[in-house]
Amino acid sequence: MDYKLTTPFTRESLKNLMQGDNVYITGFMYTARDAAHKRLVDLIDNGKELPIDIKGACIYYVGPTPAKDGQALGSAGPTTSYRMDAYSPKLLDLGLMGMIGKGMIGEEVIEKIVEHGAVYFGAIGGAAALISKSIKSAEIIAYEDLGAEAIRKIYVENFPVTVIIDSRGDNLYKRGREEYLKRKMQRKEEGKSNMED
Amino acid sequence: MRIIDANNITEEIKRMVIEANYFLPEDVMKALENARKNDDWKLSQDILDKIIENARIADTEQVPMCQDTGMVVVFLKIGQEVIIKNGYIGDAINEGIRRGYEEGYLRKSVVGDPIKRLNTNDNTPAVINYEIVPGDKLNIMVAVKGFGSENMSRLKMLKPSDGLEGVKDFILETVELAGSNPCPPIVVGVGIGGTFEKVTLLSKKALLRDLDSYNEDPFYADLEREMLERVNNLGIGPQGFGGRTTALKVNIEYFPTHIAGLPVAVNINCHATRHKEVTL
Ligand code: SF4
Repeated sequence: MDYKLTTPFTRESLKNLMQGDNVYITGFMYTARDAAHKRLVDLIDNGKELPIDIKGACIYYVGPTPAKDGQALGSAGPTTSYRMDAYSPKLLDLGLMGMIGKGMIGEEVIEKIVEHGAVYFGAIGGAAALISKSIKSAEIIAYEDLGAEAIRKIYVENFPVTVIIDSRGDNLYKRGREEYLKRKMQRKEEGKSNMED
Repeated sequence: MRIIDANNITEEIKRMVIEANYFLPEDVMKALENARKNDDWKLSQDILDKIIENARIADTEQVPMCQDTGMVVVFLKIGQEVIIKNGYIGDAINEGIRRGYEEGYLRKSVVGDPIKRLNTNDNTPAVINYEIVPGDKLNIMVAVKGFGSENMSRLKMLKPSDGLEGVKDFILETVELAGSNPCPPIVVGVGIGGTFEKVTLLSKKALLRDLDSYNEDPFYADLEREMLERVNNLGIGPQGFGGRTTALKVNIEYFPTHIAGLPVAVNINCHATRHKEVTL
């Protein structure tokens, strides 16, 4: 299924999404990678205020290239998500509802996703020039010293993602592969090589 | 004897790091288009279409195809009759990177110390491999290597008794463990033989070989074909969403080794396989 969604997210707005669905996101979200996550969690551990509005927020795991003239942000594809596993459960507990990255995430994070009705989305890894087109504005709001890894508030229009882990904990990496292999096996038994239809 | 100006090397490196990031090599584009043609799983087709479209956008708008503009790896073949004037060749290379990453709007992704992790802010230094060869030419091969795929690479010192089957299993196991992380479709570079450090270099060199080439030794060329087929039977598919095209190519390089050993290294690259070559 294809969906259009706006940020901030709520449990309600995410509950119908299923692994494999294509979603086009419009609204504000934040960019952050490991270095910024570490600082956010240090703040939480010390009982301090976060520089971002975490309730219903969506974080995009990305470290973009510098913008050329006329671009809001340079090339901006997802980075590998498991590096944020150590930090994301704490952010989910505080109200984070969406994460966008690539690659598998840990069991502990998935449990938190299910607990809070959040969703983990995948953007196409390496399709950074294409993805950049849906980013309309970008502003550094924290940790400028981290350069590409600074936290930016970005405005996106129809930002293309796929649901990897839905709010029930179902997993596209597992399901997609199983379905493909099952189909392939069936075809083989039927003596056909073509998988079309 | 032939004299090459270090400034010339700087200029070439600058040009190559920018072009490598903007323009996908033709052999990789061809491999993607072929994969698209031969993949009949709808999800895979959609993703391959988008990856091809991304490469076209990067090309026409002259922007980096991927935000991970990589750490630069350089392979030099220096003819023993070549003399470099106006500076040290290593400095000339790093200066080219410094300029290229600034002027080309490329991301600076190198930290100066692996533990303290402070960004060098100019993407230097490069990892430079020097080789002295006969002749009076200087051959420079530049790869920009993303770390989503580099992080999924592995090395194992197998026992000779593990044999060919052990090598095959290790390759498949590495691709399986990498799963969706290295942005499939991937390119698999395999090194077999040599020593502990040699085998990883072989796997990196395998990644630099064109995707439409095969190992000159028919035994290893057949192994490349067989392993590509088996990798693509795993079902991981583009982006790990399931499908046929897990890899575009498996390239293998080998070297003599010790009677007691069978080293094997698997270096993984993503669909943004970026390299450039020039001979001065
Ligand atoms: S693995 Fe390759 S395509 Fe993916 S983000 Fe890294 S450099 Fe880009």
